[in-house]
This record gives sequence, C-alpha cells and structure tokens, in this order.
Amino acid sequence: MSDMFPLTVTGAETRRRGKILVGPVDLTLAGQGSCVVIGPNGAGKTSLLRLLHGAARLSTGEITWACDVEQAHHDQSFVFQRPVMLRRSVEDNLMYPLRIRKVPKAEARDLAHHWAEKVGLRDMLKRHAPVLSGGEQQKLALARALITQPKLVFLDEPCAALDGRATREIEEILNAVRATGTRLIMTTHNMGQARRLADEVVFMRQGRVHEHASAETFFDAPASEQAQAFLNGDIVE
Amino acid sequence: MTDLWDGISRAIWMVLSLDANLLEITLRSLQVTLTALVVASAIALPLAAFLSVRRFRLRRSVIALLNALMGLPPVVVGLVVYILLSRSGPLGVLGLLFTPTAMVIAQVIIIVPLIASIAHQSLRDLWAEYHDLLISMNVSQWQKITTLLWDARRALLTAALAGFGRAIGEVGAIMIVGGNIDNATRVLTTAIALETGKGDFALALGLGFVLIALAVLVNLAIHWLGRTEREGRW
Repeated sequence: MSDMFPLTVTGAETRRRGKILVGPVDLTLAGQGSCVVIGPNGAGKTSLLRLLHGAARLSTGEITWACDVEQAHHDQSFVFQRPVMLRRSVEDNLMYPLRIRKVPKAEARDLAHHWAEKVGLRDMLKRHAPVLSGGEQQKLALARALITQPKLVFLDEPCAALDGRATREIEEILNAVRATGTRLIMTTHNMGQARRLADEVVFMRQGRVHEHASAETFFDAPASEQAQAFLNGDIVE
Repeated sequence: MTDLWDGISRAIWMVLSLDANLLEITLRSLQVTLTALVVASAIALPLAAFLSVRRFRLRRSVIALLNALMGLPPVVVGLVVYILLSRSGPLGVLGLLFTPTAMVIAQVIIIVPLIASIAHQSLRDLWAEYHDLLISMNVSQWQKITTLLWDARRALLTAALAGFGRAIGEVGAIMIVGGNIDNATRVLTTAIALETGKGDFALALGLGFVLIALAVLVNLAIHWLGRTEREGRW
C-alpha cells in the first residue's frame, strides 16, 4: 500500500530567524499503522509534522521518501489543529481538493456526498462551512483530507478543542482509515488517545526525537527517565 | 432663494418625467463608468491576488506605490492622458481624444489603485487564513489566485463598488480628455459643472439628484453585501 515508505529523516533541522524550531532529527518510519508524536509543549511536535509534510523549510539535513518527493507530497494530506474552512459550503469544501486535481465535477460531488455521509455531515452539505461548530469543522477537515485517498495523513492535535463525544467520533473515523492501510502520523496531548490510537510512539523533547518505539514498548517500559516522567504526568522540560 | 426653490421643483419634475436630455447624460455616465469599472477590476483584482500570494523583492514597494496612487489627483491623470492621446502625442494616431474611450482610460487609471488596494487588504487577510491549507494541498500559484478571488468575492465586489463610486463622481480628468461635448462625451459631472456655469440650476440640480441617488444606491449595495458576507448567503 504505502510505496512511499520508509520515510528517512537524517539530521533534519528547521530554523526561524536563527532559532532552531526542531532538530536535528534522525528518524525512520515504516509504512504501517499510526504513529503518535507526543511530548511537552514546545517540544517541536507540530514543527516536526510540518517539516515531514514539506510545509516548513528544511534548514539542514535530509528527508527522503521511497518514492519521488513530488509523488510523496501528492499522496499525503494534513489536518490542522484549528481547522481551516474555505468560505464555501460544506459540499464545496469537500469537492475542493478533488477539483484542483481536475476530477470531473459530477464525480467530485458524488465523492463529497459519500464522505459527508461517512463523517455524519450529510444534512449539512449546503451549509456555509465557517458557521459549523468546532466538532463539525474538524470532521469536515478530516473528510476533506481523506477524500483524495492519501496514503499518509498528518494530524496535528485533531481533537484538541473537542468534547468527549466529538473526540470519539473522530477516533472512530481514524480507526476506520487506519484499517484501510492509510498511514497516520499525529500529535496529541491526550495520553488516553495516544494509547488508543498509537501503533508506535515518537516522544519529543527540546526539539529532538528523544525516544521512538512501538506503542506497547513505550507505554509499558519507556527507555528514558524523561519519558517515564511524562507518562506519569510530571512536568518535563 | 426663489430661484433655488424654482430650480429644485423643476429638477424634481425632470427626474420624474424622465427628461430625455437627463436620461441620455445619465446613461452615458453609466456606460463610461461601468466600462471603466469592468476594465479596472480585470486589472486590479488579479494584481491584488498576485501581491497577496507571491513574495518577490519589490513587493512591499509595489504595495506602497499602489496605496500612494490612491491619492492621485484626477486632473493630473487627465492632463497625462490628454498629452498621450493628443494628435502630437505617442498615441495620437489612435484618434481617441474627446471620445468616451479616452474618458474610460482616464477613469481606469484613477480607480485601478483604489480597487487594488482595497482588494489587497481583504485578500491578504484571507491568504493568511488559507496559507497553510493551500500549501498543504500543493495548490498551484494560479489555483491560489483563483481560490482567493472566488472566496473573497463579496469583499472584492465592495472594492469594485468603491471604485464605481469614485469614477461616477469624477469630473476633472474626464472634462479634460472628454471635452464635455454635447451628445458625445457629456456625462453627469461635467454637465453639472457646465449647467451651473450657465446658471441653469434646474438641470444642474436634476443631474445632481441622479448622481446622489447613484451614490446612495452604491452605498446601500455595499451595506447589503457586508450583511450577506457575515451570513455567507452566496
């Protein structure tokens, strides 16, 4: 399924105005399941996702995909912590990524209706997207990211501002997507969510990958004191 | 005072009876201004979108220049266009001086900076909102521009209406390049100036009423568009 993996990151660093936002990072990700990136605030989780996605400029180092980089970017999408709604209807928001890829209008509309049904927005297709509730906007953002059938989806704290019910709905969608073989790389502050969704964990601290292990290994026996402290809920710098 | 009231009552009657002369001048005004508006919008809106999404060395200078050109004195624009289009000028061979086309050219030069500046402010804000999403979707430069123009359409229409308001009330430049020729280049503003000079306050006031009505209509349209913007009705 994921012929874009393994993803290899070697000495990658991103800086802004001379300050290192993330890095140097060395990381290899295989092509299955969901990878959850955790760590304290300011650890560089979002910056790492943006760097891998190509949305942040690589200052030094290298990021290589198993396929051509253009193809890799074509086959991935990104869901932001604060969903960005195009000032259009729900239907037009869903159709947008397809239309920019020249998918015929009728086909794009059918797919939009299919995905709206899947995420429970079927009755809201004609509504103006920016007036939806936070949970509805995040579901729409997720459906819009998935409608092109990407092989990899980055999710930056997709449930950060949502209540329990909306979080559960989003997690159900993510589990269904993961079951189809789509690779998920997401950040979260919610340890319960990390335990529920993660196949592997990347623990970040001070802009670097501090630990990278399978979810079972990480949650049962973290290798470092800082990771253990973080899991215990202690304050980790 | 009696003259004034007499003038006002005659002016009202001219408007209500759709006086042929008044109607002709009004229609010519609309024709010239709407043509200028379409041409200016076709230049200013893509320019504003380009300046919002593209980073290049002189970008800030271009934006500053556009803002400065909003205050361009119309009389100077008229003078420059006159020189360019006059028989001895570089474009004299086109024979456009004292035609509605010359008036359209002058109005376009006056309102392009205004429309582009107002549009740029709206598009810049929208681009800040959309930036990460569109970058993450690998959207091409052209698609970014068309997406911004479509999604900011209400704000852009407001910018265009502001341009219309400026153009319809313009007198200095079009007086110079149009010549205020009866049945050819006479429009509302130049006719008001002429009739006032002749002492025909009735026609001048009648023309003034129409001009005010157009300005009010434009403002009402802007107000209504602002409301639909907030409600996202179209």
